[in-house]
Amino acid sequence: MTTTAEVGASHGHALHHHGHSPVHRLPAHTKIVALLVFVLAVVATPRTTFWPYAAHLVALLAAVRASRVPFPYLAKRLVVEVPFVVFALLMPFIATGPRTAVGPLHLSEAGLWGAWALLAKGTLGVLASLLLAATTEPRDIIAGFERLHLPQPLVQIMSFMIRYLEVVTGELNRMRIARASRGFQARSLRQWPALGATLGALFIRSYERGERVHLAMLSRGYAGRMPTLHVLTATRAQWVLSGILPAVAVTVCAAGMVNA
Amino acid sequence: MHVPDGFLDAPTSIATAVVAAGAVAAALRGARHDLDDRTAPMAGLVAVFVFAGQMINFPVGAGTSGHLLGGALAAVLVGPWLATLSITVVLLVQAFLFADGGVTALGTNVLLMAVVGVWVGYGVFRLFRRPFPQRLSSVGVAAAMGAFVSVPVAAAAFTGLFAVGGQAPIPVGSVLTAMVWVHLLIGIGEALITALVVGSVVAVRPDLVHGARPLLTTRELEIREDVRA
Repeated sequence: MTTTAEVGASHGHALHHHGHSPVHRLPAHTKIVALLVFVLAVVATPRTTFWPYAAHLVALLAAVRASRVPFPYLAKRLVVEVPFVVFALLMPFIATGPRTAVGPLHLSEAGLWGAWALLAKGTLGVLASLLLAATTEPRDIIAGFERLHLPQPLVQIMSFMIRYLEVVTGELNRMRIARASRGFQARSLRQWPALGATLGALFIRSYERGERVHLAMLSRGYAGRMPTLHVLTATRAQWVLSGILPAVAVTVCAAGMVNA
Repeated sequence: MHVPDGFLDAPTSIATAVVAAGAVAAALRGARHDLDDRTAPMAGLVAVFVFAGQMINFPVGAGTSGHLLGGALAAVLVGPWLATLSITVVLLVQAFLFADGGVTALGTNVLLMAVVGVWVGYGVFRLFRRPFPQRLSSVGVAAAMGAFVSVPVAAAAFTGLFAVGGQAPIPVGSVLTAMVWVHLLIGIGEALITALVVGSVVAVRPDLVHGARPLLTTRELEIREDVRA
């Protein structure tokens, strides 16, 4: 059984891996666009051919290589897709349609195709997202969203969220240690009231902190919008560099469609 | 329940993204009336809170544990418009900063959790707030009802989307039944947690709970004479 600490560790800190590779230095908005186009191309690739997926994987691994983020660092984080791996493995058993014999089992053909497609597309999508998260600071991702004209209120909410994330998860962790040092172990339903009260206290503390911070911001001249010190820009060369991976993916996808 | 890339086909993903974008635009408009320049800091904190709440794992038994989805909880605490925005931001951050939930499935995830989860939860909460005695303690009970119903409804919506645009044909009837039964159980857990959290907030600072506001305005100053030391 996992403890809150282990789960917290995988979630509480952003995945950023400090570095100065060409991938790290690309402006965030070019990387967000590249990620979107890459994943769209992967999702649109027909699942009946296998080689385009191998090509996508090779291209993505080349990008990982260029980022100089150690592959095990990313591989460890692939666990976020475990629930859907389970679902994919179930699919051949529950799907309808003609059946085929795989060893001793009679499995649905459509289900097998579905499972393969989900595993391939899901894994490529997660790995590409991990690469963005590992090579881009959280605040740069927000600046990238702002540059891509995500509605201002959402950008503001997101920047506050990122700013408070460490503070609130730190608070949660201190409360967990306080509970544990009093001999608390979450084993059964009877412990739920204590965990519920923890969340209640966390909300009130977070809110009251928010009120204080808001007043402090107002007294420093906050008028509903954070001042931007420098606007995110990308040169033509940077767009071209960030466009390599999605361009390869789109070409592979198109070739796959012609072949299929 | 974070849908990954490639789970639904392209037309379904695009359709859900369009619906989700429309709902978020409506929420941006609706939240403007809710609060003024406090909107962003508050919604940011609610987003953190839901994110942190999803990190606490509640033991279910047999070594497994579940976590909070938080749609109904957020709706009762800050109102449905802000809750939609906050959970949308949580999903954006999870997709882009934590690789949790597919980037192309973002519309689907927003639709299921930030729209269906929040609004079904809030609607049921409003329905159940009326018949209960008009006391603060009823707010937690009504919130629990909202949470309980919102989870299986979101699961049913998910099954419906999979039937329309999934990777493989599934026996919709039996999968739907199984999904709803399992999520009724999960809904009980969600309801208990929501009741506990709303209950503990309402006991200390009822003014922070959006869903308790109508009760607070009708409350009168009570002077007790039999106070003992």
